[in-house]
Amino acid sequence: MRIAKRDELTGKSVAIIRILAILAALVISGIFLIIVGENPLQIYISMVDGALGSGFRIRETIHTTIPLLVTSLGIMIAFKMKFWNIGAEGQIYMGAFGATYFALNFSYLPKPILLILMALGAMIMGGIWLLIPALFKAKFGTNETLFTLMLNYVAIKWITFLQFSLWKDPNAMGFPRMANFTENAMLPKLFGVHIGWVVALILVGFIYVFMNHTKTGYEVSVIGESEDTARYAGINIKKTIIRTMFIGGGICGLAGMIQVAGISGTLSVELSRGVGFTAIITTWLSGLSAPVVVIASLLFAILEQGGSFIQTVYQIPSSVAQILQALILFFVLGSEFNIKYKLVPTKKSKGGI
Amino acid sequence: MLVSFLHATVQAGTPLLFATLGEILSQKVGNLNLGVEGMMIMGSVMGFIVGYNTGDPMLALLAAAAAGALGALIYAFLTVTLKANQEVTGLTLTIFGTGFASFLGHNVVGYRLPDAINNFFLRIPIPLLKDIPFIGEILFNQNIFIYFGYLAVVLLGVLLYKTNLGLNIRMIGENAAAADANGINIVKYKYTFITLGGALCGLGGAYLSLVYVPVWQENITSGVGWIAVALVIFSVWNPYRAIFGAYFFGGLSIVGFRLQAFNLPISIYLLDMLPYISTIIVLIIMSIKKSKENKAPSELGHAYFREER
Repeated sequence: MRIAKRDELTGKSVAIIRILAILAALVISGIFLIIVGENPLQIYISMVDGALGSGFRIRETIHTTIPLLVTSLGIMIAFKMKFWNIGAEGQIYMGAFGATYFALNFSYLPKPILLILMALGAMIMGGIWLLIPALFKAKFGTNETLFTLMLNYVAIKWITFLQFSLWKDPNAMGFPRMANFTENAMLPKLFGVHIGWVVALILVGFIYVFMNHTKTGYEVSVIGESEDTARYAGINIKKTIIRTMFIGGGICGLAGMIQVAGISGTLSVELSRGVGFTAIITTWLSGLSAPVVVIASLLFAILEQGGSFIQTVYQIPSSVAQILQALILFFVLGSEFNIKYKLVPTKKSKGGI
Repeated sequence: MLVSFLHATVQAGTPLLFATLGEILSQKVGNLNLGVEGMMIMGSVMGFIVGYNTGDPMLALLAAAAAGALGALIYAFLTVTLKANQEVTGLTLTIFGTGFASFLGHNVVGYRLPDAINNFFLRIPIPLLKDIPFIGEILFNQNIFIYFGYLAVVLLGVLLYKTNLGLNIRMIGENAAAADANGINIVKYKYTFITLGGALCGLGGAYLSLVYVPVWQENITSGVGWIAVALVIFSVWNPYRAIFGAYFFGGLSIVGFRLQAFNLPISIYLLDMLPYISTIIVLIIMSIKKSKENKAPSELGHAYFREER
């Protein structure tokens, strides 16, 4: 047997391969669960129950989906350009920082104005947090994977500093926490869920149009395919990188604002807890398609919610969900081999291919 | 004061050293493995659990190396055999490793290791060498794990630059098609050295849980693996330079804590940023003064596919 390139597969067979990969991940982690003495079937069923079993649980799952979806959209633009933005976690925190600045200092403003200022503050801070590595990447070719990753730690230390020192609430009786937002700094609700979901869906449309129907979006994908081609086509690579990365980081920052203003009502180092990393998986899983990433984010939110449910009910660590997420991506990554290549018997292909 | 600081620097730098050496091996055969953090924490948790249950330090180290190697094997299968994207596969390995460690470790959080382990990693001054002024105390009054680190540097240096095996490794990293034409079994080499690299990362993680901390806590690696990936660039893929980088960054990671004693007008939380900001500065400097000698292996990040050469 030898490996040969495969012609383009239809969307349908690609989807089937992906679904098979997810099933395989469930089987393998099932075996793992049996080894450690658990009943996988029972765990999977209660995970789904914990995520979707009641109106309240569904709303909680949607709450988890929203930041994941928004962050994935921000990461997607970068990945399309093969710019490895691993720093979404930091961009979320810096975005939340920008939003919190306005929420704490301008709480007297009317709600719509305050919320818009918070969103802008978040997008600018998140944007800057990705703009810095993007500038260095464009100018010197500095490795963006490590740069963005290190900025995660810097951002988290910065928030720690704010929470434990600079912005510590003096009325919290010595507790290291920041003051709660006032009511007019909180996102309004629609159908029982904060309007972050509307923002997320609008962004899905925006990113879809941006990537598929605008000049800049087209340039982004050309740069991702080959920088040489882009240069030959007369695309200003540096300008495109810098501009789109500011947007991408801004969207991740907005996810931070949605979290503080929609869920927690205050900023703390506990805010994101890995959304920026999970979003990398969902982005890749979606094949960099904005509509598909909605499904991927929802699937992973179900896993997360289910994970914390089994932790409370069966005392099984919620990290089962994390392992399952990683396994799913392992299998999807592996299954891409079947999409791009095929095995052919050595004898037959002597004259051909 | 300075001696005791530098002594502590070597200790703080040792996990970085093992991880950097491991990643150098992987990158030399052309595979960028961003799963260092994941392999380290897998090694860390396995080393701790086996050490806690058996009280046997050698078994604990073996388990840690095996766990790191297992992570690397998953990575190798995906990127070498199935030609999956190296960046994303490595990232996923880190996420997997973190979940794996927090799952297996949840029963032993905060537990202490048996004395047999702690005693094994007590300081063993090396006769004669330890009497060298200044250097003796810093380098040769350490525990056996740290000496093993020196040995690993030398072994890796000899392997890469003085043996045929090393020549083949470097050829795969620089020009896989040429290596293939020379009859080198690329797949076998890649699997071997990616896995070996993973074992070294696992040992680096074990140093944290068995010697440095030495209690199991979640997120015990806290970015050490990522700094190691940056150190590979800093050390220009050279194991001898890796040792300086690792100890330098080891020093940076403890300097904030030590400076507290001086009542500086700067918050400890901001000083905690130091290792990460320094890593960024190193990355920038290395990218500005790019030259022929400190270039990454040319094949880094590419899957080798014979029909595409």
